[in-house]
Amino acid sequence: MTSDAVGQPLLAGINLRKSFGPTPALDGAGLHVRAGEVVAVMGPSGSGKSTLLHCLAGILKPDSGRVLYQGSDLTELSDGQRSELRRTEFGFVFQFGQLVPELTCLENVALPLRLGGVRRREAERRATEWLDRLEVTGVAGKRPGETSGGQGQRVAVARALVTGPKVVFADEPTGALDSLNGERVMDLLVSSAKQTNAAIVLVTHEARVAAYSDREVVVRDGKSREVELAR
Amino acid sequence: MSIGHTLLGLLEGEPRHGYDLKRAYDERFGKDRPLHYGQVYATLSRLLKNGLVEVSGVEAGGGPDRKRYAITAAGVTDVATWLSTPEKPEPYLQNTLYSKVVLALMSGRDAHEVLDTQRAAHLRVMRELTRRKATGDLTDQLICDHALFHLEADLRWLELTTARLGQLAKEIS
Repeated sequence: MTSDAVGQPLLAGINLRKSFGPTPALDGAGLHVRAGEVVAVMGPSGSGKSTLLHCLAGILKPDSGRVLYQGSDLTELSDGQRSELRRTEFGFVFQFGQLVPELTCLENVALPLRLGGVRRREAERRATEWLDRLEVTGVAGKRPGETSGGQGQRVAVARALVTGPKVVFADEPTGALDSLNGERVMDLLVSSAKQTNAAIVLVTHEARVAAYSDREVVVRDGKSREVELAR
Repeated sequence: MSIGHTLLGLLEGEPRHGYDLKRAYDERFGKDRPLHYGQVYATLSRLLKNGLVEVSGVEAGGGPDRKRYAITAAGVTDVATWLSTPEKPEPYLQNTLYSKVVLALMSGRDAHEVLDTQRAAHLRVMRELTRRKATGDLTDQLICDHALFHLEADLRWLELTTARLGQLAKEIS
């Protein structure tokens, strides 16, 4: 968890504003993350944490402000370009419902590769490797509904990492798990991302999960704040 | 932490010299805060006086380190009673954090800032504990978990208090 990340931010949201109807969700929030760095986004429910994550990931387009990824502004890309970027450069882990129930766990993990044009045999070979790293090889042939919550979430982490993303967005990744399973998922997510020098933007309201980060940004009423303590 | 009871518990396994006892304690319970020899011998002397341990042998050469201590039947009962008696839950509401939040509100300062700064300080320690867990053995993990859950409880309470700042501010005024 000690970051060796240095240099320019890989991804930066600057002065982001976003409203849903009359309700402002982001009111000038910002955040940056460097390669290999884990940044926790904390704050109460409804504070704008997830909206910030969605803007940074190019899922939502902010009303104003910039999202710079490796120097280019995501807000200026077309929907198609942003989709392509999400598929090739970003990985996602959510709290629930991210695996396709009709596919086996192996097919779920291989899916992002298949969508990127990788041949089935190669995609499944790489998916198997990731299931192995996440210690869930045994569920490869099962459907998500036949696995436990902890196993399903490890499969989801494998799927997020299989394409070798530069940034992983994790929104309450352990929210549905007990302490022990949550800890294992975080151990595996963070150690795997560190090995590939991927950055993680980790939305959580749990301090024990945030403790896996290198630093934290607090969002409240759509504004972000980072406290720098004296050494 | 009751050092006396912990030493008694260690003696329940087998009689030991004071030096062995200190080493066993430090290895299992005192990684962050090892015992001083003075503490060990002062505690043993108290336990001896109270009939909870006895000297089971003295090796030639004299000196306190040569005595071997064994737990007595009364000592075993004492350990059993200690283990079966719950610790008094610590009162949190009057602690420093509460005072700071209330004082911030009373003085018109930003109570959120108290929370954010405290969260940052708590998280710094929690990160160290999380790192230590990753490299430590099972004992380390259990000790760190306990500290982590306590720190988390402090933070959860502070978050809730902050969510109730409006209500609290009204009551204070």
